[in-house]
Amino acid sequence: MTIETNIRTGLDGAEVERIRSDFPILGRTVNGHPLVYLDSGATSQKPRQVIDVERAYYETTNSAVHRGAHTLAGEATELFEAARATVAGFVGAGEDEIVWTSNATEGINLIAYGMSNTSLGRGGAAAERFRLGAGDEIVVTELEHHANLVPWQELAFRTGATLRVIGLDDDGAIRLDEAAEVIGETTRVVAFSHVSNVLGAVNPVAELTALAHAVGALVVLDACQSAPHLPLDLHALEVDFAVFSGHKMLAPTGIGVLYGRSELLNALPPFLTGGSMITTVGLTESEFLPAPLRFEAGTQRVSQAIALAAAVDYLGAVGMDRIELWEAELGRRLVDGLTGIPGVRVLGPAAGAERVGLASFVVDGVHAHDVGQFLDDRGIAVRVGHHCAQPVHRRFGVTATTRASGYLYTTPDEIDLAVQAVADSRRFFGVV
Amino acid sequence: MASRELESMYQQVILDHAKQKHGFGLRDGASGSSHQINPTCGDEVTLRVHRASDGSIESISWEGQGCSISTASASVLNDLVHELSDAEATARIQAFRELMQSKGAIEGDEELLGDAVALGGVSRYVTRIKCAMLPWVAFEAALAS
Repeated sequence: MTIETNIRTGLDGAEVERIRSDFPILGRTVNGHPLVYLDSGATSQKPRQVIDVERAYYETTNSAVHRGAHTLAGEATELFEAARATVAGFVGAGEDEIVWTSNATEGINLIAYGMSNTSLGRGGAAAERFRLGAGDEIVVTELEHHANLVPWQELAFRTGATLRVIGLDDDGAIRLDEAAEVIGETTRVVAFSHVSNVLGAVNPVAELTALAHAVGALVVLDACQSAPHLPLDLHALEVDFAVFSGHKMLAPTGIGVLYGRSELLNALPPFLTGGSMITTVGLTESEFLPAPLRFEAGTQRVSQAIALAAAVDYLGAVGMDRIELWEAELGRRLVDGLTGIPGVRVLGPAAGAERVGLASFVVDGVHAHDVGQFLDDRGIAVRVGHHCAQPVHRRFGVTATTRASGYLYTTPDEIDLAVQAVADSRRFFGVV
Repeated sequence: MASRELESMYQQVILDHAKQKHGFGLRDGASGSSHQINPTCGDEVTLRVHRASDGSIESISWEGQGCSISTASASVLNDLVHELSDAEATARIQAFRELMQSKGAIEGDEELLGDAVALGGVSRYVTRIKCAMLPWVAFEAALAS
């Protein structure tokens, strides 16, 4: 019975306190106040279990992987590949479908440059489906992070393809009626976020994927804000490619993941080339390894990959379904609190509607930078600005918002402190 | 409610300038103009320089979207530029830049910088210096254009 209650209600306060004790940074003060870290949407904090794994690797095993025959090289390679299997299992993918990248941004660029290389004639017949030219269309949505927008703009410029955009309704939901009009016979790629980093809504992956696949287009999912926060099963979602960043999910910076369906990855020409991704190198041309290694040129991010595996082990032990429920509660509390303050407008789903544990908002008469500065004075860390998503801000008629984003270590009390500080900021800046 | 440091950055004179926005509203007949953006937050300012018949600076006019620091900074700048030669204007820009880079170590010359000395508290906040500099950088570019 206890377990069932936990499943229904997510984490409980005592468990969150135990989780918090794993994160050394949460013990520090900022400007004389205990740190209230509400910027996990930008990057998460790291538990001791992850930090220790990375330290232990450097203290005991450090070596280059997939080369060399000494003992350390063998051990490091085993840890590196075991990490790939762990992360694959965490997102419902096969091991050979997980490519290490620096971050999600590199993952999207890898796809885009692979497609451009195809368009220049590389990859042969197998890569035909990646070839773009005049008359072909790439489709994104209006809520995309710059990382899932600018690489597609550039791909369109390089290939002569056209970039088209699906708009949003006034609650920030992707307009499926418009998607059905935009996605058509000439669509070759549909790229969109699973969860918006500004609006916090979970986007309709199944519907958009069905529209794309009905016309034979490839689906690229930006899972940066979903992989850390909710259970993710990429095979079940039936997307063709997906990307996410380790540093947003308890892991270090410098490690990210590109997922691709096995047959697609093995047909896509490489982006970065050089050592480690080849079979035979001649003086004028070379042959490449199968995926995923063909996309991993140069010495790899070994400690970071192993630490990402430790991070997903940590998340898995807590339970992604329970983290999702906990964060949904945090999100509700945040939006309820913020919408209760006069002159505060929350972007995205209205109060009561489904959202993850983040909210971006505008305080009438107080610029986001000033709100953020006031909160920082109380040790509360939030993001201010456009959050690398200028178009969605423009859609809602603002240049900047304040964003509070929680994680499994965030408490309801911290949400309340932030809400109170937002209310007080209005008094400080003289708008009440 | 707020720390001394925060109170020193957001002095009343700054909050007043942020509301009153002296010089706000672009006017025609400029000798030079500059548009500056702060790419980290999207704040922007367009600033024009208007000259008297003798070539000295008569006034500036500006528009923009920004935080209270960048808005107030444009407003205090507006009050400082009347009848300056380019050399005098450049000296003031340099004095303000030094104040911003001082990390709170210098107070600023009120003779030269007027209400802008009240922005001295910003120099302790490394993430906000760009906000205060934005209109001054626009002014510098508009003088040269």
